[in-house]
Amino acid sequence: MTLKSEPFVVNLGPQHPSTHGVFRLRLTLDGERIIDADMVMGYLHRSMEKLAEERTYTQNIPFTDRTDYLAAMTGNLAYVMAVEKLMGIEPPERALWLRTIMSELQRFASHCMAIGIFANDCGAWQTPVMHMFRDREKILDLFEMACGARLTLNYMRIGGVSRDIPPEFIPAARKLMQDLPRRLAEYESLLLDNEIIVARSRGIGVLTPEEAMAYSVSGPLLRASGVAWDIRTADPYAAYDKVDFDIAVGTSGDVYDRFVVRLAEMRQSLRILEQALDMMPSGPIHARLPTATAQPGDAPVAPLALRPPVGEAYARIESPRGELGFYLVSDGGPAPFRFHIRSPSFINLSALKKMTVGVTVADAIVILGSVDIVVGEVDR
Amino acid sequence: MTFLAPWYDLRDLGNAVQALLDRIRDWGAPDWVPYAVSSLIGAVGILLWVVLSVLAFIWIERRVVALMQNRIGPNRVGPAGLLQPVADALKLLLKEPITPRDADRILFWMAPIVIFIPTLVIFAVIPFGGRMVLADLNVGVLFLIAIATINTPAVFLAGWSSNNKYALLGAMRTIAMLISYEVVQVLALLAVVLFAGSMRLGDIVAWQQHYNVWIVFLQPLGILAYIISGAVEINRSPTDISEAESEIVAGYHTEYGGIKFGFFYQAEYMAGFAIAAIITTLYLGGYTAWGLEKWVPGWALFLGKLYAVFFIYIWSRGTLPRLRIDQLMSFAWKFLLPLSLVNVALVGAEVLVWDETGVSANVALPIIGAVNLVFCLVAVVAWARLLGHGAGRQRGRRALLTKEVGVIHFEPAEGASPGPAGIPAAQALRRRSGQA
Repeated sequence: MTLKSEPFVVNLGPQHPSTHGVFRLRLTLDGERIIDADMVMGYLHRSMEKLAEERTYTQNIPFTDRTDYLAAMTGNLAYVMAVEKLMGIEPPERALWLRTIMSELQRFASHCMAIGIFANDCGAWQTPVMHMFRDREKILDLFEMACGARLTLNYMRIGGVSRDIPPEFIPAARKLMQDLPRRLAEYESLLLDNEIIVARSRGIGVLTPEEAMAYSVSGPLLRASGVAWDIRTADPYAAYDKVDFDIAVGTSGDVYDRFVVRLAEMRQSLRILEQALDMMPSGPIHARLPTATAQPGDAPVAPLALRPPVGEAYARIESPRGELGFYLVSDGGPAPFRFHIRSPSFINLSALKKMTVGVTVADAIVILGSVDIVVGEVDR
Repeated sequence: MTFLAPWYDLRDLGNAVQALLDRIRDWGAPDWVPYAVSSLIGAVGILLWVVLSVLAFIWIERRVVALMQNRIGPNRVGPAGLLQPVADALKLLLKEPITPRDADRILFWMAPIVIFIPTLVIFAVIPFGGRMVLADLNVGVLFLIAIATINTPAVFLAGWSSNNKYALLGAMRTIAMLISYEVVQVLALLAVVLFAGSMRLGDIVAWQQHYNVWIVFLQPLGILAYIISGAVEINRSPTDISEAESEIVAGYHTEYGGIKFGFFYQAEYMAGFAIAAIITTLYLGGYTAWGLEKWVPGWALFLGKLYAVFFIYIWSRGTLPRLRIDQLMSFAWKFLLPLSLVNVALVGAEVLVWDETGVSANVALPIIGAVNLVFCLVAVVAWARLLGHGAGRQRGRRALLTKEVGVIHFEPAEGASPGPAGIPAAQALRRRSGQA
């Protein structure tokens, strides 16, 4: 007797506990093994790029909080850098250091989430996430001190930052710098050598350097594949050229290496933060912007908006998820003519099919967790 | 128990029941009346105890796991949140029972019942105290194995009948897993039976009481195998594969809501208590504890041990990630099964030699315990090494730290396929960095 068998299509998402939002993965299964994977995106599409064309350059900053909502600081930063490039503004020194500090705090907080959720996807029932949240909360406290918000920060401004840090910020940050290395050591001992984590993630979802580059993958994914590529050193921005830190690189491009690279990057973030807290100069936090005057035909909402000269600019930074770039085209008006986000989540996600075909359902979840997507940024 | 205790001797609640039955007999009732009354008392008692324990442990588990996770846990309903499980149970009772349109209605309704009843029936043969056993079967161990296996088809009923893909995946996983681990479980129990020379659970406890030794000291490997396969059977982390939340939502009971889900939930806890009760009875001396049972009620000792064993499962749930199904299967077939087989052979040989030579138990049992402990440690370590899980090989890697941008450090792991030869790496990197 022969048994009839046929492939089996499962829609993982858009409502699913571990698609990290409303992302849908259409898997064709042969038993537990995946023979085809389709990614369906767009469930969180909010048309940000088009909306931004109707708003002034300053009004667009809050949008950048809401693309990658786990790393609002870096989203802000990449956008204001693009506008500054367009207008030829140089932010003052202190603002650059503040941006560096905030970016690194944000990277630590975001990697906390990435690692915690990854462990959750491996099946650790919430415990790592909750422990990581403990540290992330401390960082969010610092953000709250600096700008009053915890998640959608809206801290960066064109030409600087929105306000200077309060006097209690530096002592609080220094205290955190003392606590976090201990916590990191705890996570390393709990997760890095955890037999089950190792068994679940080693050799899974391998991307070779060639594949990674062909898919234009960036961030921890690219570095886990062994490519020493970090925009902070390759194309320094803010104050990264003045601090000493290393690029964390994996060697085998699997899920485990991504996780290892993120943990190592958290240590490097702490290194950068310690230097930055020591080296930050005092001074102004905002550059003088060219005075704008109302033009005939202006929309009433924006009579005094910034008007960058006609041209285009692309600014990129190393966000926690990879190369985050903003491409702006100005027609000389108060709103960008074109506003495009090169979002690392979206581009990293494009390699998912390559990684998931041939593995089991359980592995696919772990691989998706290791890509560390934020659906707000995938769909924008 | 040979002594005639008064009915108010709470060390064994069986005394009170016995007194009541004697009184009924004195009234001249036909024989079936005391029989029916004692069955009824036992059944109602067990049901009450199970339900209360489950409610209590839902609260305990949530609070304990919350502690492990830097949370507070439920603390709003009632004092310290104690009424939270009651509130949850009420909520489940009051919810609309939904049957999916394409579900197989009869099987869909049957599954929660089929899973609930056998789990409850297991407790019938468990001796809670010297005379506190509902049905002291002479094939108790066999009964346990047989009844516990009914879970498997029930889970498959649920998974198949709900006509949901996640449910089917979960059911499929459950069948594969449970079939593998039943074998290990049976082998572990077999070793215990070889020692005690009886399948009656009361006799096994009495054996441990007689020799003043818990079988756990003679069977370290057996209890390990049993705890692990127990975790598989009750879907506890790290083996909660059949209802892996992050993968297949809720596994076989994805489509169940309301009180039907409540039945699954309750059955899962009850199965947990059943496993803990079996471990307590077979390995941890049941209601005895080196003479302590003369002073402390036996059932309190039993329950204390049972809850302590159950706590292990709560603990593992708060700490361990989940294995993949193939890893779990190979763990059963390649690791636990061979070791359990050797263990049974070893125990058989030991019991035979002990019987043949007739040395006193004071000499024989320490030797057997030491031999089995050494065997357990050596076999586990050696076999793990043999399967390639040595301390060195499975250790995690660390990230390389470098300052040189654009250098590639890639060592393809063994077995990894090289990707399609695409853009030469250095060229691609230059292009990306804009330094061409």
